[in-house]
Amino acid sequence: MHIVISNAVNQPIYGQIYRQIKNSILSGELKAGDMLPSIRSLAKDLRISVITTKRAYDELEKDGYIDVVAAKGCYVAEKNLAWIRETHLKQLEDHLRNVRELAVSCGLTETEIIEMYRLLQKSE
Amino acid sequence: MDAIEIKDLTKHFKGFTLDHISFALPRGCIMGLVGENGAGKSTTLNLIMNAISRDGGSIKVLGVDNESREFNAAKEKIGIVLDEAYFPEVLTPKNVNNIMKYTYQNWQESEFFSLIDRFRLPQNKSFRDFSRGMKMKLAIAVALAHQPELLILDEATSGLDPMVRDEILDLFNDFTRDENHSVLLSSHIVSDLEKICDYIVFLHQGKLMFCEEKDRLLEEYALWKLTKEQFEDIPKEAIRGVKRNPFGVEVLVKKDAVADVFPAEHLSLEDLILFLAKGA
Repeated sequence: MHIVISNAVNQPIYGQIYRQIKNSILSGELKAGDMLPSIRSLAKDLRISVITTKRAYDELEKDGYIDVVAAKGCYVAEKNLAWIRETHLKQLEDHLRNVRELAVSCGLTETEIIEMYRLLQKSE
Repeated sequence: MDAIEIKDLTKHFKGFTLDHISFALPRGCIMGLVGENGAGKSTTLNLIMNAISRDGGSIKVLGVDNESREFNAAKEKIGIVLDEAYFPEVLTPKNVNNIMKYTYQNWQESEFFSLIDRFRLPQNKSFRDFSRGMKMKLAIAVALAHQPELLILDEATSGLDPMVRDEILDLFNDFTRDENHSVLLSSHIVSDLEKICDYIVFLHQGKLMFCEEKDRLLEEYALWKLTKEQFEDIPKEAIRGVKRNPFGVEVLVKKDAVADVFPAEHLSLEDLILFLAKGA
């Protein structure tokens, strides 16, 4: 698992941890039941605040990505990850529907929209 | 349980008052104490160790009142490093070990020598020939070798070069891998504190400006660089600090009091403290 904390991006540190662990879980790199590093050791290895790390883990637990078992450790949740992926795909579909509506109102063609997406990806 | 719990701490000196300070250091955390010279940092640390007696309020260290009899036993579990390390000049680290063996009940010889090795200190050189960095490393090795649960450091990293400071910060970072271990350190070098602290306590002229979680602090404020016209439009209640130059204004704002319409500059803890100290 890779976690990179950057000061250059305008995102709070706990959000960066949350997002990167979540992405590792959704991409399948981390499997259900896999053990995550303890809050303290992750914080100390990354040289960041323990409280901030705890906040990221709390959020991950709240959203059902991980289980925190007291005195044992943190595990990737067994909870249906397929369902999480499904909801994300659903969200994506909704966004794309909006994109299409806006594109029509601006008179953009399909190729122009795809070109726009490519440009966005390059600039990121 | 909190490693240190301070409530309404007050101390009067001629020309200086430490004014009703309250904060708590949770176990397993690193807390940094910042403030200008004479802000009350060393006074606070001295009061915590009961080296000077308080005029009012309460202090609990590792669960015991520091004016009670039990505090003497608790002192075994506290490691202290002051800004100047004092050992008799003729002593070598080996001699220091022999003395400390009989001073602390929990003195761990092997731990001491492994720290001496880690810091690359010569075992048989006398203290008077040590550089400032070496003296400080020896003092830290002594503070850690009696298995403390709480480390208190007063300006321990000032006057040291960046490499040595980084080495020492690493050590504190490792020390708090154990969730029962806590660190309270004061420093002028705010960037050092930014690197390792979980909490920041900011003292200014004997008053507590804030005691906050470090990362939340940096999330709560934003630094904007604006023209004078733009500056006029910002609601006054959101402004926490201002720096003007002939061509524009730098302004520190509280994020929740204003819409974030301008791009935020990178805000370091040092900038934040400087802005807040001037605004106060």
